[in-house]
This record gives sequence, structure tokens and C-alpha cells, in this order.
Amino acid sequence: MSTVTCPECEAQIELAAGTEVGEIIVCSDCGVDLEVTALDPTAIQIAPMEQEDWGE
Amino acid sequence: MQRRLKIGVLYSRVRVEEKWIFGAMEKRGIDYDRLDDRAIHFDLNNPAPWQQYDAVLERSISYNSGLYALRLLNAFGVPTVNTAEVAEICGDKLMTSAALARDGIPQPHNATAFTPEAALEAIEAFGYPVVLKPVVGSWGRLLAKVNDRDAAEAVLEHKATLGSVQHSVFYIQEYIAKPGRDIRVVLIGERVLTAMYRKSEHWITNTARGGEGELCPITPEIEDLSLRAAKSVGGGVLAVDLVEHPERGLIVNEINHTMEFHTMQPLSSIDIAGEIVEYTMSVAKER
Repeated sequence: MSTVTCPECEAQIELAAGTEVGEIIVCSDCGVDLEVTALDPTAIQIAPMEQEDWGE
Repeated sequence: MQRRLKIGVLYSRVRVEEKWIFGAMEKRGIDYDRLDDRAIHFDLNNPAPWQQYDAVLERSISYNSGLYALRLLNAFGVPTVNTAEVAEICGDKLMTSAALARDGIPQPHNATAFTPEAALEAIEAFGYPVVLKPVVGSWGRLLAKVNDRDAAEAVLEHKATLGSVQHSVFYIQEYIAKPGRDIRVVLIGERVLTAMYRKSEHWITNTARGGEGELCPITPEIEDLSLRAAKSVGGGVLAVDLVEHPERGLIVNEINHTMEFHTMQPLSSIDIAGEIVEYTMSVAKER
């Protein structure tokens, strides 16, 4: 399990086992959506904002 | 020796559904590539890199990216789940309504107009309340329940002034006083897998908007209507949303071609991700 720093509020977030690249996690402190962009080493960034054509 | 099939999974975000799909691929030992739609490009003079796939499963979160990728893949002769034609119809509410109308499948009373003035005339002919929906959009976004003429004029002006050109295709639907729920039916090919009620106190019952799921028994009527609706839009892996109309009974509200099933899979105990993977493999084998 690895720890990442929220780019928005600098909270320390522990990634759950089995986390995948492309997964969205939510910062438990500030609530921002974060995208996992790499696992070795771990990297995250603010997730893209929802677009009008997103959905199912 | 038989050649090993190769599958592509086109996605934007690894939601829980994509994790389950990747897991189902790996469990079956399938040779597959993860294709992030933000990272790929298509060279139309060189389709070979794409033609290595026996089938591509499309799970894009962006309707436009998914639709254009499907169009290109189908043009390259690559089978897809679902096809570009199905995505084109299901991703556009007006196209869905047109297909259902062509096949005489019960749906809400709809009207379409292309200017605010003509839309207002259509709304007045319906009587209030009515619902205005964007033709492309999901998760219950930008739906407007219009209760009177003042609201109609305001919403139409806002849509025409602030929205993209697509918002000037005014899609007007009767407001249905449904019993605080709708029914989502999951189909794969010619089979209904499962169904659930989506319950909410709000008139928008989408689970993306906080609606809760509860298993719904698959009656012969639900099965028949869902299968007819799925066939009408071209079939494949689909989620048909039904509404219980107080006077007309079950009608088809919309059909989703890249369905989310994070509520449905645990609720039904059906391995929907596994079923989608099996269906994708059957499409690949038909190639």
C-alpha cells in the first residue's frame, strides 16, 4: 500500500490494495476527485472535470 | 492450432465496472489491451494497429469519443460491442425515440422543435408540466421540469443563449407521474439478465442522482418490451429504462449503450461483467 499527497489540500491519502491506473479516488480531507496516473512510483492528479457528453 | 483472439477495451476512467471487466478478462486468460481513449489516436491511412483486435469493447465515459472511435473501428472492419450504429441511436434521445416510434414501441409522448418559439408552441400544446431534456446527456443532468409558461420561456431562452448548438434541438417530453421509481433492465444479446427498480423521492430516479436500487421481478411483459426495445436500437449490451405510466402501463424511457452496473451486479448476484466479456468474445469469434 502506498501513500500519496493530495495536490489540492496536501492531505496524505493511502491507496487501497488493488488500486489501478485510471481509477478515481476521493480525497478524504477535501473531497476532490483524484485520478491515479501511475503506480510505480505512485502518482495522482486532479481528475478531469465532468463533461457534458459524459455518461452511460 | 487455433489463433488466440485479441480484445481491446476502450475506456476513459477505471470505474468499478471497468475493474470488474478487466478482472473477468484476466480470470478467463483473455489476451486484451486497455485502451485509454485520452491517449489513443487513429491514423486513417494505417488501420493495421486496430485491425489486430478481433473485437473492441467500448466503455468510454465520453459519448463523443466513444461514438467516433466506434465509427472508425467499424470502418476498419473491427467488430465492436456495441456497434457504432447502436451508440449513435442510444446516445441521442431523439434518435432513440425515432427508432422506438418506427417500431411502434410504447414510449413517452415526445415532441421536437428547433427554435424557442416553436418549442413554446409545442409545450403549450402538451399542457404543463412538461420535461425538457438535452438530446445528448446522461446521469439526469440538465433535465428541466417545466411547470408553467413563465418557466418554459426562461428555460428555452437559457438553452438557446447559453447552450451549445445541440441545446437548440428542443426535446420535449410529457411529465409522467410515475410511482417514485423506474425500472432498469439489463440485456445482453437476446437475453434479459436482470432488472431493478430505481427508487427516489425526486422525479429524477437515476441512481447517479441518489436513486436507490431494489431487485425487480422480470415479468413476461418486462421481458417482451425490453427485448423489443433492444432489437429496435440494434441490440447488444444494453440497459433499457422502463417507466410505469399511470394510464398506459409500461413504456420505454431510454436505452443506455455503455451502462453502469455497480448497483445492479451486487444486487442481482449476477456476474454482469463476466457476461459482457463472454458476449464480447462471441462477437470476436463471429469475425
